Amino acid sequence: MTNPTFEDVAVAPPRGAIPTVRSPVDRSAPSGLVGLLAAATWLAAAGTIRYWPDVPEVSWDRTEEFALLLAAGASTIAVLTIAAQWLAPLRRVRSAAPWLVVIGLIFAVWEVATAKTAVLPMPFFPPPQAIFEVLIDDHKRLLDCVLASGKLLAGGYVIGATLGFVAGVAIGWSVKAGYWIHPILRFIGPLPATAWLPLAFFVFPTSLSASTFLIALATGFPVTVLTWSGVAGVNSTYYDVGRTLGASSRFLVFKVAIPAAMPYVFVGLFMGLGNSFAVLVVAEMLGVKSGLGWYLQWSQGWAAYANMYTALFIMALVCSGLITLLFRVRDSLLSWQKGLVKW
Amino acid sequence: MVIAQSHPVASPRDPAAGAGAGAGAGTRLEAVDVSHRFDLHGEPLPVLEHIDLTVEPGEFVALLGPSGCGKSTLLRLVAGLDLPTEGELWVDGRRIEGPDPSRVVVFQDPTLYPWRTVWRNAALGPEAQGILRQQRGRIEDVLRLVGLSTFAKAYPHQLSGGMAQRAALARALVNEPSLLILDEPLGKLDSLTRITMQSELVSLWQRSGFTALLVTHDVEEALYLAQRVVVLSDRPARIKAEIVNERPYPRRRGDPYLTELRHRVLAELGLDATW
Repeated sequence: MTNPTFEDVAVAPPRGAIPTVRSPVDRSAPSGLVGLLAAATWLAAAGTIRYWPDVPEVSWDRTEEFALLLAAGASTIAVLTIAAQWLAPLRRVRSAAPWLVVIGLIFAVWEVATAKTAVLPMPFFPPPQAIFEVLIDDHKRLLDCVLASGKLLAGGYVIGATLGFVAGVAIGWSVKAGYWIHPILRFIGPLPATAWLPLAFFVFPTSLSASTFLIALATGFPVTVLTWSGVAGVNSTYYDVGRTLGASSRFLVFKVAIPAAMPYVFVGLFMGLGNSFAVLVVAEMLGVKSGLGWYLQWSQGWAAYANMYTALFIMALVCSGLITLLFRVRDSLLSWQKGLVKW
Repeated sequence: MVIAQSHPVASPRDPAAGAGAGAGAGTRLEAVDVSHRFDLHGEPLPVLEHIDLTVEPGEFVALLGPSGCGKSTLLRLVAGLDLPTEGELWVDGRRIEGPDPSRVVVFQDPTLYPWRTVWRNAALGPEAQGILRQQRGRIEDVLRLVGLSTFAKAYPHQLSGGMAQRAALARALVNEPSLLILDEPLGKLDSLTRITMQSELVSLWQRSGFTALLVTHDVEEALYLAQRVVVLSDRPARIKAEIVNERPYPRRRGDPYLTELRHRVLAELGLDATW
């Protein structure tokens, strides 16, 4: 079996996003002019949305509000950019400025291509204000879906990560545990968790418990493998040092092996999180009658494409937020380490 | 072995005896006909052969030999990390059957736990033995002794090589070892730091009174530090010669007597052709 090594994992771009490496001192920070340019593009997008008439066939309820929102965004960017001349903590807005320019342009181009000229055919490609409309008008259902997905994900992830961690430490530490767990892991682990889906949905009493099981499985495998390689790779002189200083095997496991393996464990937790997203969405599309995956499927069924894009947008926000959270936890726990993978 | 009978019956170490005892607690070490073999792909590989060695309480002995000869193996046996294939090792009349905090090793690499600060690394021994609460003051004392008080909260990756090795020394000394086992502890330091640390080692040893067993392949270092230099042969290691260095401390590096001894040691190692 080819277990992913730490180096493989550490340099592989995380699922769904490219890691950005932020240099501590950003000498190439753009000047305030770029910030003002960003404000201008946002204002231009707002003007386009507000004053360019929509194609006659369709109309949207919240065009006006969305234009106002972009205009408010434009003035916020402008104010922050100008204030940053004097307030050092606001300088961060400068490094975001080029991106803000691009975002303003995207809004303008998107708007023109959809609502204003219908170059992109209509029901399939809604304009930005349609997404905004869904966010406002359907926020209750969306919030319910986020909570439902969150609950399911949290349950499965915590169970999978805990069991994976314990199994990984056991295999890495004890020859006997390795003898029994390793072949199972080797045989079942590479199977994608979604392959269990049909079985899980009739073995488990509820679709919720079935999905929890699948998410736990998807999380557990990478966590087990990486915890195990972390524990197995601990410098053996660390144990020699501990033993000469009077450490019991309990101490060697909890105070030496586990802390030394933590960088690997976090790589496993990170990979497990990516896997768990995939399984969550599939499970929600196929069996569970709630959550963002279900919302995606449901809105597609009603040809409510704006709702579908909105769900995708929220999903990206949530997944990226969770990964960021995981990396924050890691950074604070592993502050002793140099050269961490950045997010 | 017959000689074993001449030793008193083993008595468990009084756990209270070491704590706060301070100086003068050196231990007597005896290796009696020790041989050791490694199992290399099913073939026995002899590493040590018939080593007989006695180190008196408070003595500073250096083991000198070509690299890979088995010096470090002998240290692991003394530390109790491995058990000898044949023969016996005794400290103060008790047979060595496993590691013990009274016999601490300082390795060639500092081997500090990178996830612990200097203070928490130094606290490792008391913490592992469950007596950290009583020993807090001692940890601070020892860090001051090795000059690391201001770095107590630093992580190992923030330390220079010399500082890291001092932290490793502190981690050992906190346990008030009666035998300090030094496995080329200065081997990876730059030559200037090494000279400073050699003098520091001597004064620590003089102050604390432990027995010191040093492995090195640096002839000069062995002669500068030790009262007796035991020269080992190529693998399998046998004791080739013992050279007593009677110079009192502090020693001077330019001492012609040390130069003379150095010539003798190199001759024992078969390296005097370049003299």
